[in-house]
Amino acid sequence: MQAIRLKHRERRPASFYWLALLFGLFVLFLYGPVITIFILSFQGPEGGLTFPMRGVSLHWFSVLRQGVGDIDIWGAFARSVRLALVVTVLTVLFSVAAGLAFRKRFRGDTAVFYVSVASLIMPSIIVSLGIGLTFRLLDSAVKYLATASGNQSFADNYSTSMGLFTSALGAHLTWTLPFGLLVMFAVFNRFNPAYEEAGRDLGATPWQNFRHIVLPIIGPSVIGVAMFGFTLSWDEIARTSQAIGDQNTLPLELQGLTTSVTTPVIYALGTMTTVLSLTVMVGCLLAVRWLTRRRLAAAMR
Amino acid sequence: MASIELSTHTQDAPVRHRRAPAWLQATPLTLTFLLFFIVPLVITLIVSFWDYNEYQIIPAFTLKNYKAIFDSCSSMTDMCVTFKTYLSTLKFCAIVWAVTLVLGFSIAYFLAFHVRTTAMQTILFLICTIPFWTSNVIRMISWIPLLGRNGLVNQALLGAHLIDQPLEWLLYSNFSVVLAFVHLFTFFMIVPIFNAMMRIDRSLLEAARDAGASSWQVIRNVVLPLSKTGIVIGSIFVITIVMGDFLTVGVMGGQQIASVGKIIQVQTGYLQFPAAAANAIILLAVVLMIVWGLTRVVDIRKEL
Repeated sequence: MQAIRLKHRERRPASFYWLALLFGLFVLFLYGPVITIFILSFQGPEGGLTFPMRGVSLHWFSVLRQGVGDIDIWGAFARSVRLALVVTVLTVLFSVAAGLAFRKRFRGDTAVFYVSVASLIMPSIIVSLGIGLTFRLLDSAVKYLATASGNQSFADNYSTSMGLFTSALGAHLTWTLPFGLLVMFAVFNRFNPAYEEAGRDLGATPWQNFRHIVLPIIGPSVIGVAMFGFTLSWDEIARTSQAIGDQNTLPLELQGLTTSVTTPVIYALGTMTTVLSLTVMVGCLLAVRWLTRRRLAAAMR
Repeated sequence: MASIELSTHTQDAPVRHRRAPAWLQATPLTLTFLLFFIVPLVITLIVSFWDYNEYQIIPAFTLKNYKAIFDSCSSMTDMCVTFKTYLSTLKFCAIVWAVTLVLGFSIAYFLAFHVRTTAMQTILFLICTIPFWTSNVIRMISWIPLLGRNGLVNQALLGAHLIDQPLEWLLYSNFSVVLAFVHLFTFFMIVPIFNAMMRIDRSLLEAARDAGASSWQVIRNVVLPLSKTGIVIGSIFVITIVMGDFLTVGVMGGQQIASVGKIIQVQTGYLQFPAAAANAIILLAVVLMIVWGLTRVVDIRKEL
């Protein structure tokens, strides 16, 4: 078998070279534009939105540090980071728990599965509008009830229940959880239950079984779920757009800036947020590698 | 089924550990979808029958929001705004679907059948997926320095004396919208098709080749039918995204091109929530019909 494979290796069909060329062009198409704005964010102070570069400087990053126009970019930055972290934690906890649940059958499992898939493919504007409407009606109900029960001052001061950690958090979870669940499905499809049975035979409690057997095996995928949670939340716009209160997240501010800002400061902002996403991805990949190696080392012992 | 559960129970009986029941483990996820997905959809449906004025939305039961959408749509001579918008959105859908399908299939085919080591496959696959985890808006605005009036493409074409004046249709046009869609969403085709292709038994291809099939015939008669699930899943993703899009059309169309999603966005901007809700329900119905049609082609659940 090995020998036959090796023989085949020698000649590549012509289609290989055509497809390799296509693949190369596709990668250029994927990364080329982003690389140009990386470069242009180091534009000199006189430079514009397009080439040529008029000098190389960090000018636009220092402009960005002062904020863009009237918009509190750093406030939005902090909000987005906090939201993304909360989304990450909840996505991991909920997806892993649900992933464990789906290994067995339970009442309504098919319905939950279909709802997750529906949430994934539902046009974001519909989800966003629905969440926004729900919270608006909730606000009206709260005001009505407060007035009816005589708490007029409460009703007057009450503004909205919509916000970062209510409606926006929910909107983000409708987007990140289906990915988390699908990753968990993929993991548990390949999961060998013999290890757990061995653990159980040796008297492990369900928690010990999860902590010392299941978690180390699914660990790398759990980190994958966390990465989905963070990066998808960090860049989310469509689902957040109608479901955010008065304080925007960073991507929403960025989207607003696309029509008004005409200097490379927007590229500096783009570079910054992309670098943050890439840092999270690299961090996750390193963590996955570390976990896998640790497991292999433990297996060798 | 019941008997199997019974037997596991008796096995567990001697050392009785309390295990969390499955439904309880799924509860956080289920509740999240219930509160932030199912309830909002139901409320959207209800509000679509409500009335509104400039200041507030009024509980009622009226069909006027739906009537307003199809206002003058019975006229045969010129098309109403709604049909025009749907037609334009469907046109984007068709073009983007065709391009991402051909591109996604070719890339997935290359990765699955031409790249020989698993390590290389993983690396190249990651290269294709990393941009998905970065911001869509940034990936859109990154076309400005390339396609703008003074962008690289125009500079190059002018420099080569191929054109005398900068091309205006490169940015903020139908072209740039399609380009951005393809740029952003080919990912959704590559992943499921690649996944389906990786499951194809390689000996089938060898058998076809041994039986004298040309490489084109192998693709046409073996690979394509066996990748059908992936193709359908990818198509559902791409089509639903493009149908509901307002961001890409907005940013890459210079806020000048209409789309169904954009109508909803504009109406919520004017606080005309019942009208927006009615539009959302119709969009939902259209999308569901398309998805239903696609799932007729292949039973997705069976293949998952």
